[in-house]
Amino acid sequence: MSSENQQRETLYTLPGDDLRQIMWRYSDRFDLQMAVQSARSVARGPVARLVADGARNTHEWTEEKAKLLEAFDESGITSVYMDPEFGGFIEGPKNMALALVAFELAWVDGGAATSSLAGCLALAPIHERGTADQRELYMARCVPAQPGEDREVWRGAFSLTEPLPYVGVDAGTLGGQVKVAEWPDGEEPILQVEKRGRFITNMDFANFVTAAVASDDERIKGSCMVILEESDPGTFDRGAPTLKLVHQLSSTRDPVFSLRIPAGRIIGGYTLRDGVIVPNYTHSEIIEAVFRRTRVTVGVMTSAKLLSAVEPIIRYQRQRFRGGTASTPGSPRYDLGLQQKEDVLHRLVDVWATGEAAASLGFEAARVFDLLDQLEQKKSEFFAREGIRTGREKLRAQHKMEENVLEYLKLSNWAESEVEQERLEQLKNDSLVEYTLLDSQANVLCPACKLWNTGHGANVMREAVSLMGGYGITEDCPGFLGQKWMDAQLEATSEGPAAVQRRQLSITMTNRVFLALFRKWIRELRLIAGERPGTGACNLASAMELWLWTLNHLQQAKDADGVKLYRGQRQGVTFSLADALCWLLASRQQILDLIELEEKGAENPAVADSLDSYTGFFSDLCHIQAASASGEVGRICSELVYGYNRHPAWDSAGRGSCFDPNELEVLESVIPGISGTADSYSDVVEEDFVPKKAGPCVRFDGSEDYARLRMKMEGCLTGCRLAKDRAAMALSKVMIPEALDYPE
Amino acid sequence: MNGGYQIVVCGSIVPDPLQTLEPVAGPTGPALRNEMMLPAVLDPWAAHALYEAANLAKQHSGSKVWWVALGPKAKLQQLMMSMAQKVPFELVALDGTASGFSDSWEVAEALAGAIESIPELDRDRLLLFGGWESASRGTGVTMQMVGERLGITDQFQGVDELTIESDGSLRLLERVEGGHHQVSVCGSPPVVVGWATGRLPEPPNNPQVGMLNMRTVMPALQRAKLVQLSTEGLTFHSVDLPEQRRETRIVRDSSADEIALELVDWIKSD
Ligand SMILES: Cc1cc2nc3c(=O)[nH]c(=O)nc-3n(C[C@H](O)[C@H](O)[C@H](O)COP(=O)(O)OP(=O)(O)OC[C@H]3O[C@@H](n4cnc5c(N)ncnc54)[C@H](O)[C@@H]3O)c2cc1C
Repeated sequence: MSSENQQRETLYTLPGDDLRQIMWRYSDRFDLQMAVQSARSVARGPVARLVADGARNTHEWTEEKAKLLEAFDESGITSVYMDPEFGGFIEGPKNMALALVAFELAWVDGGAATSSLAGCLALAPIHERGTADQRELYMARCVPAQPGEDREVWRGAFSLTEPLPYVGVDAGTLGGQVKVAEWPDGEEPILQVEKRGRFITNMDFANFVTAAVASDDERIKGSCMVILEESDPGTFDRGAPTLKLVHQLSSTRDPVFSLRIPAGRIIGGYTLRDGVIVPNYTHSEIIEAVFRRTRVTVGVMTSAKLLSAVEPIIRYQRQRFRGGTASTPGSPRYDLGLQQKEDVLHRLVDVWATGEAAASLGFEAARVFDLLDQLEQKKSEFFAREGIRTGREKLRAQHKMEENVLEYLKLSNWAESEVEQERLEQLKNDSLVEYTLLDSQANVLCPACKLWNTGHGANVMREAVSLMGGYGITEDCPGFLGQKWMDAQLEATSEGPAAVQRRQLSITMTNRVFLALFRKWIRELRLIAGERPGTGACNLASAMELWLWTLNHLQQAKDADGVKLYRGQRQGVTFSLADALCWLLASRQQILDLIELEEKGAENPAVADSLDSYTGFFSDLCHIQAASASGEVGRICSELVYGYNRHPAWDSAGRGSCFDPNELEVLESVIPGISGTADSYSDVVEEDFVPKKAGPCVRFDGSEDYARLRMKMEGCLTGCRLAKDRAAMALSKVMIPEALDYPE
Repeated sequence: MNGGYQIVVCGSIVPDPLQTLEPVAGPTGPALRNEMMLPAVLDPWAAHALYEAANLAKQHSGSKVWWVALGPKAKLQQLMMSMAQKVPFELVALDGTASGFSDSWEVAEALAGAIESIPELDRDRLLLFGGWESASRGTGVTMQMVGERLGITDQFQGVDELTIESDGSLRLLERVEGGHHQVSVCGSPPVVVGWATGRLPEPPNNPQVGMLNMRTVMPALQRAKLVQLSTEGLTFHSVDLPEQRRETRIVRDSSADEIALELVDWIKSD
């Protein structure tokens, strides 16, 4: 190792709550800290015990598994979602709270996390778009009984997915149907609902179901979501259990419903127009509002698994050779075990760095939604005040708001005159500007964290499993890494598989507000790099520039056949760019969390003394992750920028772009030195000679700009492997507990 | 009892027992490696005292529990995020070291001072609870000295059970050898009770209780007085880990029978 490697304080212990509270910005939120402790005690207690006892080995919902629900109720996990007026304990938005609870539960078992979250998912349509009465009724029923209260706690399921060939999570068409069964004069209509669900979580015990259905009746317009109760007249068949390979601590079945319900169960209510029931919200409007929040939590779950793998892997590595005759206590083989080998350390560093970036991205997304939830109210009030109602009016207002944000971003970069300063101040305090800015981020961060954390996370989870050798793929593996790997694939699939997230990103990432913000982020990263050169911020900024250039280029460019590249159907282009963006966003947020720790850590006496040890190590992880991100972005962008051109051949057109040596000789007299430099512009080839390569080297409009940006980015990789060596060294020295704090 | 009891529980943090605990020489004497960075838990004996206190308070209306803790403020705050959810109490915090290497005489002095400064404490209703020893120091003298300083001479140590008789007297079971208990009856408070394990399980976390406690916990932490323990006259000749190697295995909720069986197997196998 170079001398640079010895200068840093090493990492003393694994990061604890004090640190995480600062990095993930909840050190002043005691309600959240308590929710974390509660969830942790359930996760590492009853949940871990169930997994260790093999409760995952059956698809059936057993009595033991059902006890988890009580544990969720007793420990306050269930009421995290509820507002205080309905018996909850957390004021205001709950995205961050749910993300933290999911993180803690998924640290041990993803199915347990899903089981607790599915109840929130069932309530979410009612919470987001239900009428005040609906909200009050179902929230109050679902809140756990308080001491002295004797009442059954209601549980819900969310039923969107249907048997093939009907809905996937983003499909517009629904198989489920609703029609008017009876409409007594002057009374509320009675509806007949037919819905078959597939893979519906909580279905073993749900007392109510929020279901998406389409109208099968002229007297009902479009689609809607409805609330079904188990005691409604008709069939409430819970169906067959899903034979899942994953998340076995949650209940999943394929239910069948054929029920009569009052029209008042349409979520969000309805309006009667010319004798037609017009639901106030279509099913897609409701689902959009729901999923844009709940998907974040799913992404956070996979990040917990990655971070949870670090401690068991270190322990495995260190103890690998103990007990053998060739390994006496005190010898490096005994103390370090496998950690004597560089590769295992480097791979573990990658697992940790990925987990770190994923958690940073997920929690940032959750926090953005917390802010957005508060501002959404203001936006609605503004729209109401200004009489903005129709879709077109809203679009116009949206456009105006975007203009203001763009002006704000421009001025915040460069406001000179007093008038400009004043305008900047005014825009800064405008809650609609703040809303629009956050909204453009939320629209990107949510699919990004769902896509990258779970998809790339699942790949890296495999790496974690492999570091445990054969043990990794047994039920006995400490930390349940094998199960976590497989579970990660469900997280990548449920609430919309990767393709759905990529589709959403390919639209939201080209939003002009987001792109303006993205440019601002690049500038900010350069400033960060100036102050903190070891974070990889410069590398990341260069990769972001490359991505932005590529996006702009692809939005204009056509392929070899003259077909436009950047458009909805061309998923090879849009999806790949969406993938690349996620790496950048995760890496950026990881760096920002490091800075938060550096700035605020000193205020906490429990952290202050050892702050350098943590910031040094996290800084290295940031650097490593930024390098991986830029590598990935470089690969994707180059494939896209070059890959849709047809390679020039040794035909007359191809040769036309080459220099002939004889021609160069003539030119030399006019442009001295050209013979020496010509080959850096184009191939130099004699007329009949066919060089041993595919054709003349490629040139196209902008290719030099691209090559320059890419080269700059590659140069920025300088030092990233030194950072990896340092981080690896730290992992070989860090003190870990004697044993895992949950059963194996 | 009329008007209920005033129960003061003394207890502070110890490092999470699963952590690697390695004595090192610090600037002011011995310490544990990376102690400030290690997660901490409430000293298990003190935790039993706290649960027993809360249980008693619940049964006797008008009772109130204070928890007096001397420990690093930031670490106490972390501890509160789980402990404050378990039972209702009012915190009295002192900011200082909770190291097992500090002198129990000085610790007792600081605790007694803090208890004396609780306004309107009524000695005739006072039950002073703590652990019969701490998991960090293990001397089993601190509570005795706190009691002495407060002039409470009815003291019981290694207590597993406290029942209030119909005449208001206190019946206490103290551990003696061989799994037996010594039964004492004490006419009335004030008493010092150093708890062994008691009879109660750890209460589940309840954030609702936590949110209520937090109203007083945070202000108490903010005004926590700094306590500087002098190291004068205190020297350590040597500091060692216990001889035997730790073979830690995590098992939760085993029945007493299962544990006994395992011990017997282990003894036989030797
Ligand atoms: C254990 C479990 C629990 C679940 N719980 C619930 C629940 O509680 N409620 C509920 O409603 N649903 C639930 N689901 C269903 C889940 O949301 C869906 O399985 C998921 O959204 C994927 O939909 P699908 O299975 O129809 O896959 P498909 O939509 O068929 O997707 C399969 C693949 O097709 C490709 N693809 C699909 N669409 C596109 C596109 N537009 N462009 C490009 N490629 C595309 C992608 O490669 C995708 O991965 C659960 C599923 C499981 C396994």
